[in-house]
Amino acid sequence: MSAARAAAILLAKELRLEFRTRELLTGTVIFVLVVIVLFSFAFDPTAADSRRYGPGLLWIAFLFAGSLMLHPSFAREQANQTLDALRMAPISAFAILLGKMLANFIFLAIAEAVLVPVFAVLYNVSLTAVAGRLALVLALGTLGLVITGTVFSAVSAHARMRELLLPLLLLPILAPLLIAAVEATASLFAEQPALDRTWLTFLGGFDIVFLTASWLLCDFLLEE
Amino acid sequence: MSATSATPASATQAAPSLGISFEKIEKRFGALQALRGVSLDVQAGEFVALLGHNGAGKTTLLRIAALLMRPTSGAVRFTADEPKALVGMVSHSTLLYDELTAAENLTLFAELYALGDVASRVAAALEACGLASRAGSLVRTFSRGMRQRLSIARALLHGPRLLLLDEPAAGLDRQGLVWFGETLERLRDAGATVLMSTHARNESLDLATRAVSLAGGRIEHDSGPGGDPRPLLAALRAEA
Amino acid sequence: MKRFAITVASAALIFFAGYAALFIAPDESTMHAIQRVFYVHVALWASMYSALTIAFVANVAWLATRNIKWDWLGVSAVEVGVVSCTGGLATGVLWGKPAWGIWWTWDARLTTAFLLWILYIAYLLLRGLLEDPQRRATLSAVFGIFAFLDAPLVYASNRLWRTQHPAPVMFGGENAYLDPTMAKALMVCIAAILPVMIFLLMDRYRLERMRHEVEELRLAAEEQAADANSAVTRSTA
Repeated sequence: MSAARAAAILLAKELRLEFRTRELLTGTVIFVLVVIVLFSFAFDPTAADSRRYGPGLLWIAFLFAGSLMLHPSFAREQANQTLDALRMAPISAFAILLGKMLANFIFLAIAEAVLVPVFAVLYNVSLTAVAGRLALVLALGTLGLVITGTVFSAVSAHARMRELLLPLLLLPILAPLLIAAVEATASLFAEQPALDRTWLTFLGGFDIVFLTASWLLCDFLLEE
Repeated sequence: MSATSATPASATQAAPSLGISFEKIEKRFGALQALRGVSLDVQAGEFVALLGHNGAGKTTLLRIAALLMRPTSGAVRFTADEPKALVGMVSHSTLLYDELTAAENLTLFAELYALGDVASRVAAALEACGLASRAGSLVRTFSRGMRQRLSIARALLHGPRLLLLDEPAAGLDRQGLVWFGETLERLRDAGATVLMSTHARNESLDLATRAVSLAGGRIEHDSGPGGDPRPLLAALRAEA
Repeated sequence: MKRFAITVASAALIFFAGYAALFIAPDESTMHAIQRVFYVHVALWASMYSALTIAFVANVAWLATRNIKWDWLGVSAVEVGVVSCTGGLATGVLWGKPAWGIWWTWDARLTTAFLLWILYIAYLLLRGLLEDPQRRATLSAVFGIFAFLDAPLVYASNRLWRTQHPAPVMFGGENAYLDPTMAKALMVCIAAILPVMIFLLMDRYRLERMRHEVEELRLAAEEQAADANSAVTRSTA
């Protein structure tokens, strides 16, 4: 069975599981909301300041939320050792990883779709004109986040202190992604919004490099 | 509870037989040496009872056979090229998603194993293990016995030719035990290879064609492919 | 004997390098004496990057060959790299304040160095939290590879960012001119620190190997004791 097909089946399973409980989604949305509110105490949300600091705030909120949300990705499979069942099936390790990456992407994307409008309202930043381009930047950035995050979720799944370990491993690696995403978002928040091709290409490059690395190393992630 | 087979008769007759051999398997977990050079050749169609106390290495050996674990040294060989689709395992854990229904669990694995006629297969499997009435209930709501039954049904869904059973009767209720015994008989008749570990007496052991006992990570006794497993099994009865 | 020879050679090189840095190299026009930290500083970076490259090679080799010696080399190289990086960061900060009036700036090189420091400390932390040796070796190797791949991305992103947000550049920037005598003194210092790095690496590697051997001996002893016990119980049963 092709990795894509197997990943699609696993994605459906992840979505079904999550939408039945909705624990992860609710938690993520609330967490980002709290961060957004707290940040409003850090600087005065005038339109000008919001344009300057908004991108950084948003992406830091997404990074933190993402690294919290990614932990259960593999931890949930430990309850009844369901990961064993997946590994025994005639599908590749990459398919298992890909299924989780896609699921995490969708969850985080949903959270972002809810929170960006909330942010725009609370911080008086008009984003309707750049909605499409912003979605592109968010997508590329989130992709990098879930690719590395899912891999590190597997890495930390067997370690002690795994809830703390995951952000500790993930956030430093994502530093270039943060810079690129914030800059690309900032150029869309500006008075004359423009899509910054350089940073967009950088994001794409980041995603490709780490997706390839994940593909090459996936067997080692799941073995015992 | 239905006694009919979950898999169509034609599938079991046409499917290849599967043998497995372990060559000097060693497995170490840090300071713990779980297996110290186990070599065992299991031919297709054998029903091997794997005996030994807890900690003897039975579970580790089965996990290595299921390709879930890499041995520290040594190799596992199968007589078929793509063994994964032909191996089924019942483990200590249920390998089921608590937040999915019984039907959803089986459907997931039927799809992952690229089986045809998913819906009817799943329905037949649930019917066979007596859970058809609870097909739409979350596994979280099941009793221990029901979960074990579903776990076994999941392992058998894709018509495996090599069964790795780690204390499969644990937690099964009366009816479940009957069904399990009948299922094992059918599989044996169809030529499946079975490796079943147990540390206590149960009726399925009557089907065994060979008994291998492990102690301290090594094979202590082996009744051999053509030999008589009953003396070893009788010793087990005395200990239980 | 070999160890002694390397120790003596390293010590001699370090002595000569120190002498070169302090007395042979010319005085720098604006910063004067304080600038001489530069020789140690750059040498430490050279040591760090070499160590981390060795670590990357070791990580890949472990995954490819499953020979535990690569894991020993990997952790040794990372530790040496982290120590070198700590030294590099510390000398940089100490130099920065008197020379340019600022402790730190977020330019591409400094940010990369700082992030690498954090990443490889995270590597060591990860190892500390994984107990099974095989799994520890494999997972830390995967993380190490990711960290190494990330380094150029960190540098590139910071370079790009800096062209948009110029900031004070320390250490003469990316393409600073270096006086020939100073350059030679620098070469000597780098040449001196590399044997020291290798020396530390070898020592750490030996430590790891000895830990492994002790573990093997302990296991063998336990096994003998277990065999003796079971023989006793069998004979009394």
